[in-house]
Amino acid sequence: MRLYWEVARTTARRMATYRGATLAGIVTNTVFGFILSYVLLAVFRERPNIGGFDATDAVTFTFVTQGLLMVVGIFGTEREMADRIQSGEVAMDLSRPYDYQGWWAAAAYGKAFFYTWARGLPPFLIGALVLPVRLPDQAWIWPAFVVGVILAVGVAFAWGFLLQLSAFWILDVRGPNQIGWLTAQFFAGTFVPLVLFPDWLERVARALPFASMIELPVEIFLGKHQGADLALVYANQLVWLGVLVGAGRLLLARAVRRVVVQGG
Amino acid sequence: MADLAIYARTVHTRIRADWQYRVSFVLFLVGQTMLAGTDFAAVAVIFTAVHQLAGWSGAEVAFLYGLSGVCFGLGDLFISPVEFASRHIKAGTFDHFLVRPVGALQQLLATEFAARRLGRSLQPFVVLLIALHLLDVDWNPATVALVVLSVVSGTAIYGSIWVITSSLAFWTVETQEIANSFTYGGNALTNYPIDVLGNWLRRIVTFVVPLASIAYLPGIWLFDKPMPYGLPRIVAWSGPLVAVLAGLLARVVWGQAIRHYRSTGS
Repeated sequence: MRLYWEVARTTARRMATYRGATLAGIVTNTVFGFILSYVLLAVFRERPNIGGFDATDAVTFTFVTQGLLMVVGIFGTEREMADRIQSGEVAMDLSRPYDYQGWWAAAAYGKAFFYTWARGLPPFLIGALVLPVRLPDQAWIWPAFVVGVILAVGVAFAWGFLLQLSAFWILDVRGPNQIGWLTAQFFAGTFVPLVLFPDWLERVARALPFASMIELPVEIFLGKHQGADLALVYANQLVWLGVLVGAGRLLLARAVRRVVVQGG
Repeated sequence: MADLAIYARTVHTRIRADWQYRVSFVLFLVGQTMLAGTDFAAVAVIFTAVHQLAGWSGAEVAFLYGLSGVCFGLGDLFISPVEFASRHIKAGTFDHFLVRPVGALQQLLATEFAARRLGRSLQPFVVLLIALHLLDVDWNPATVALVVLSVVSGTAIYGSIWVITSSLAFWTVETQEIANSFTYGGNALTNYPIDVLGNWLRRIVTFVVPLASIAYLPGIWLFDKPMPYGLPRIVAWSGPLVAVLAGLLARVVWGQAIRHYRSTGS
């Protein structure tokens, strides 16, 4: 356990050295936050209440989402694992005395921790200066939100792990990576919150693992899930976490049989 | 003319090289098409919830999306390879471009050309055609000219933004994301009528970084809508002028960047 803690800690420290990139990222998330918020505000001027959301909910949703994108890693920009599979360094990774999936999960959580304060808070604070946002009105919502985000990071990590494993079979993972993450982004509600989807499509989206990554934690933040309903949300996230992590382990076992280490 | 022949030859080589890895190439092309597709899916979802947005109908917004998407996609295909400048600077390989007897920018655009980016403009092009079919536009030489000119100048405007933001790499690395907020952010802005924006942002995209001239202003002319801020209607035709100014600015910035470049010597 100690090892994974250290992996997470050093990953967070490594991220912290890229200050310019962090600042640039904050600008991007903030700009997109404003664009999407204004579009949604125009939508809610036409219809003041959609699926239980009002205009303030929508703006809050947008900026919390912009803050969560990097935390959860839903852009799929992280390809270190696939790169190491391509270059053959994976042979070394696999021969070391730790759990391969656990190692990368620890790295994902290390990044998530760093991004929470570096990329998560600033866009929301800047957005709150210009547009009306809603903070949780009950104290328990904060820890409930944190739990939701921790589960979301796990689900997104497990999805990315599956996508990157494809590097064992094909040379360039950028194609499948992009297809997989775009699907995730759309059905996680990063472009438009799921409540705006037509009913049938919303049902499809909520039956997929991607809602666990963004939509559900942000809805917790907005106080849309309380009591037994909240337990159901967590159960949903946990099931997908189990399924995707399990699938990752199965696929990894198959992939490892394909590894041929070239000596010399 | 000789320059163009060299460009065509290099691009041809690149396409053949990419085609060697067919599965990767096709998957990547699909990915690029989906990238444009998800933006449109967002527009489509919004119009299942409401019938108009700031007074613009679904077909009219689809026109904005299609026109700006085609411009952005063509800019992405032909000019976005300039982004690779930062990678070459870091790797120390930018020197190669400077010692050859062809312009550095042209070499960069040719050697980093990737045909998969075609996926970026295909889907918006289809949407544009369908939107124009659905909309009741009075087709005459002027309106046809406006649409064609808008595609050309919009592509040039996005291309200029790519060159300008990529030039930053000569002063500082790690700024790719800033560039993204101008290019991708610009594209996201032009998908929608700027009337939805807050006044401060609306003024910026009308007067400071005139992205409004890419799709919104031509749309105003075609669909007979009132001009923003009481501007004269002729401003709907400002695209080519903005494109020329943006192109000149990009030329100056790129020139400065090349002059500022110092090889690491490694």
